[in-house]
Amino acid sequence: MTPDTLERAVWTRKHLITLNELTREEILFILDTAESFKEVSTRSVKKVPALRGRVVVTMFFEDSTRTRLSFELAAQRLSADVIDFAEKMSSTQKGESLIDTARNIEAMGVDIMILRHPASGAPLDLTRAVNCCVVNAGDGQHAHPTQGLLDLFTIRERKGRIDGLNVAIVGDIAHSRVARSDLVGLLKLGAKVWFVGPPTLVPRSFEQLGARVTHDFDAILPEMDVVNMLRIQKERITSNVFPSVREYVKLFGLDRQRLTRCKPDVLIMHPGPVNRGIELAADVADGPQSSILRQVTNGLAVRMAVLFLCQQAAGHPAAAARA
Amino acid sequence: MTAQQLEQALDKMAREIVAAAPPNGELAIVGIRRRGESPARRLLPRIAAAGRRVANYGVLDITLYRDDLSTIGPNAVTRGTEIEFDVTDTWLVLVDDVLYTGRSVRAALDALVDLGRPRAIKLAVLVDRGWRELPIQPDFVSLSVKTTAENIVKVKVSEIDGVDGVDLL
Repeated sequence: MTPDTLERAVWTRKHLITLNELTREEILFILDTAESFKEVSTRSVKKVPALRGRVVVTMFFEDSTRTRLSFELAAQRLSADVIDFAEKMSSTQKGESLIDTARNIEAMGVDIMILRHPASGAPLDLTRAVNCCVVNAGDGQHAHPTQGLLDLFTIRERKGRIDGLNVAIVGDIAHSRVARSDLVGLLKLGAKVWFVGPPTLVPRSFEQLGARVTHDFDAILPEMDVVNMLRIQKERITSNVFPSVREYVKLFGLDRQRLTRCKPDVLIMHPGPVNRGIELAADVADGPQSSILRQVTNGLAVRMAVLFLCQQAAGHPAAAARA
Repeated sequence: MTAQQLEQALDKMAREIVAAAPPNGELAIVGIRRRGESPARRLLPRIAAAGRRVANYGVLDITLYRDDLSTIGPNAVTRGTEIEFDVTDTWLVLVDDVLYTGRSVRAALDALVDLGRPRAIKLAVLVDRGWRELPIQPDFVSLSVKTTAENIVKVKVSEIDGVDGVDLL
């Protein structure tokens, strides 16, 4: 924990939409706050009363296992009441718009909305339509800020720092909101980031966002401190932007052979769910360098911190002015 | 209160704690973040000098248990609880700098019972300034002062403020 950050920073945002709008100090403040929430999960009573009497709704318009469960558990550990909006059984099937649905849910007295949506920008739209807090749980190809934060948290925990680290993010960058959120957070905290993959999935245009782009994984591998392997989405494998699976595994898959060329203390990450044998070999995914399960554990503490801070800011005049 | 008087007050408090603690069973000292940390830590060697081993020391963050969370807004900064031992069955002394309304202690009691079931919880404070809003009383007090609501009682510790001492403003 860095007491300096806790001393200076005051959190005044009631929404978390992307990491772009956050300062370096605000990101560190969330990470430091999350640090203090880790302890809650280790006690006999795994609950604190910070959000007692508050209502949190999860609205997921895309499939998700760990993100939804992680948010729900985070809210419950803060003693909030959690309700779950199931899109497939709802009036959106009758044509109700997202905004109308959200306004109706808000009218029931909701304090925090957690939204995952296939359309990039949907959470930002939502902030203009409702008064409660909005937390982005992933929108289209745009952003997944809590995944970005938990990746930063895990890197800092394992490496002791982020500043000056070399980080490779490998896979389908073009369609990845995780890659974008990781990039933004890592650059703000002083890391160097390489985007790695075939040219069809990693266009050069990403250099404009501050990433280094390469199509030669093996060339940069020995210099990397962290390698984050993104999931290859099955639906893209059949499209013509994707090489054959065999070719992909040969060039960009991380197996034991390739791992021997990495730094011995390299940190292997994956946002899950893993396609074993494609982007990650099973023995690498379960090996000592892997932090995959640690990321999931840390995700809970990070999401508790985000829910707590946004709710705390909601009653504050500075947050109202900013929203 | 000068730095020297503060030292003497802590010496005396340590002797009182040792005299009151049951002879068998685990003694635990827990400081309330943030201004109870330093007095709690300084009690440890003194309690040892008075002939009692303290195996259990920790720091309790009460932010998430406060009853004014909805009004303090972004000023709620969590620094984390660090209690590595099992509080169950310990004879636990909660330490804070100033006792005023009693609301911090109420929050601390709730936080502690979420961690386990101590055999007893005792309260030690450097200054009792009165004006309680809850039925909470200290077991060990260095200084009791009559104050008005306008007064500020400031316990300074070198770890945070660079100097030791107690000011009544």
